Amino acid sequence: MNTTFLSRPLLRATLISARPTTGLRTLASVATPQTAPTEPGSKKPNTKQFQIYRWNPDTPEKKPYMQTYELDMNQTGPMVLDALIRLKNEVDPTLTFRRSCREGICGSCAMNIQGSNTLACLCRINVSDSAPVKIYPLPHTYVVKDLVPDLTQFYKQYKSIKPYLQRKTPSPDGREYRQSVEERKKLDGLYECILCACCSTSCPSYWWNSSDYLGPAVLLQSYRWLADSRDEAKGARKSALENEMSLYRCHTIMNCTRTCPKGLNPGQAIANIKKEMAFGS
Amino acid sequence: MFRFSTRRTSRTPAQCAERKRKKTDWIECNDSHSIGAAKAVLHSKELSCGEPIPNVSPDDACAILVAQRKQRPISPHLSIYQPQLTWYGSAANRITGSVLSVGAYGFFAAYAVAPAFGWHFDSATIAAAFSGLPAAAKFGIKLAVALPFSYHSWNGIRHLLWDTGKALDIKDVYRTGYTVLGLTTISAIYLAMV
Repeated sequence: MNTTFLSRPLLRATLISARPTTGLRTLASVATPQTAPTEPGSKKPNTKQFQIYRWNPDTPEKKPYMQTYELDMNQTGPMVLDALIRLKNEVDPTLTFRRSCREGICGSCAMNIQGSNTLACLCRINVSDSAPVKIYPLPHTYVVKDLVPDLTQFYKQYKSIKPYLQRKTPSPDGREYRQSVEERKKLDGLYECILCACCSTSCPSYWWNSSDYLGPAVLLQSYRWLADSRDEAKGARKSALENEMSLYRCHTIMNCTRTCPKGLNPGQAIANIKKEMAFGS
Repeated sequence: MFRFSTRRTSRTPAQCAERKRKKTDWIECNDSHSIGAAKAVLHSKELSCGEPIPNVSPDDACAILVAQRKQRPISPHLSIYQPQLTWYGSAANRITGSVLSVGAYGFFAAYAVAPAFGWHFDSATIAAAFSGLPAAAKFGIKLAVALPFSYHSWNGIRHLLWDTGKALDIKDVYRTGYTVLGLTTISAIYLAMV
């Protein structure tokens, strides 16, 4: 632990020396002037274009359109979220998106970047080519404004699977419900999901059937409770999925696993549910 | 600065019943995130600094939200999603399956009704007609049938493997995907040359 802690300043120093351009960045709490003076002899502006989906509920008659912005990459942080925040702060305050933690743990900034769903805060801006960065809201969702999707249905579906421990039997010694190491291990790769909805909105099956099909994120959570050794409602949980739509609209397309910004595997979880439904666990 | 009343005003039982009746599965204004969305709606109205901000009751917020939900566009999907082996492969499986079944049902139905219309649709006639074609056309027609058949068959085996719960991490999905494409090419060309 100590070595990791001590090496941090060193690591940061190395990073700065490796990328001299980042030296221009100031602390988040310090306001950067809009025309930040470039250091003498520093690189010429490295302009990157951003094409962003816009729609304003106050002018609903105006169709959604793509707006192009430009930023100097030498003065912008490395992630797409850094660029979006800078655009909102310095170029266009009407640009609307969700963000919170900026480190991939809250799931707010889920959006479609370069055609693939991911978290803007975990997605590096590709500075190696000159192609514009295209940013859309999560696919096939109702748009509240710009990059903000309406996730009401998604949260309703999450609620519908009763995502909490259901148990009547008290623990033998009146203390917590304990698990073996193996039993706990089954929850790894399931409990880490942050419900950002990247996977569900990448799934063509969910695009066409989101009213009835639960989608990969909610099914991963469903499996998280089916796999929990402490839960006693497995029968009810499975019979709730025993219909044409809730579970079996999954056709193993695997866009979900391909796109998950947390590296989880909803496709595997759904396959495990199907197997348990067919053969019992 | 922004004031938004989430304070519950006392309602008469009749008002409560009315609210319940209005509440559909889709519009549930008591959800905290719906109120949040309504707040966002109000935020989006351009208000200049110092201008008093209207205090909106939950019912008015609900009405604004309902009005706005009717207008919302659906974000683009098929047309903007990055082409990936995962969903392109799945679409190909669906398309080849449809082509094969439509072709098979069409052929069998034509065979069944042929005598009624006086068509000559027996094997010998078809074989004779086919043998008269130039070699390139023969190869092309056979390839056109063999390609969807091969892809759908190999991908079917891939799906059977998936149904056992195996080969589902993204590395295996790509490995088996490219394997299916390779096997499809080989077997389709082989079948077209037989």
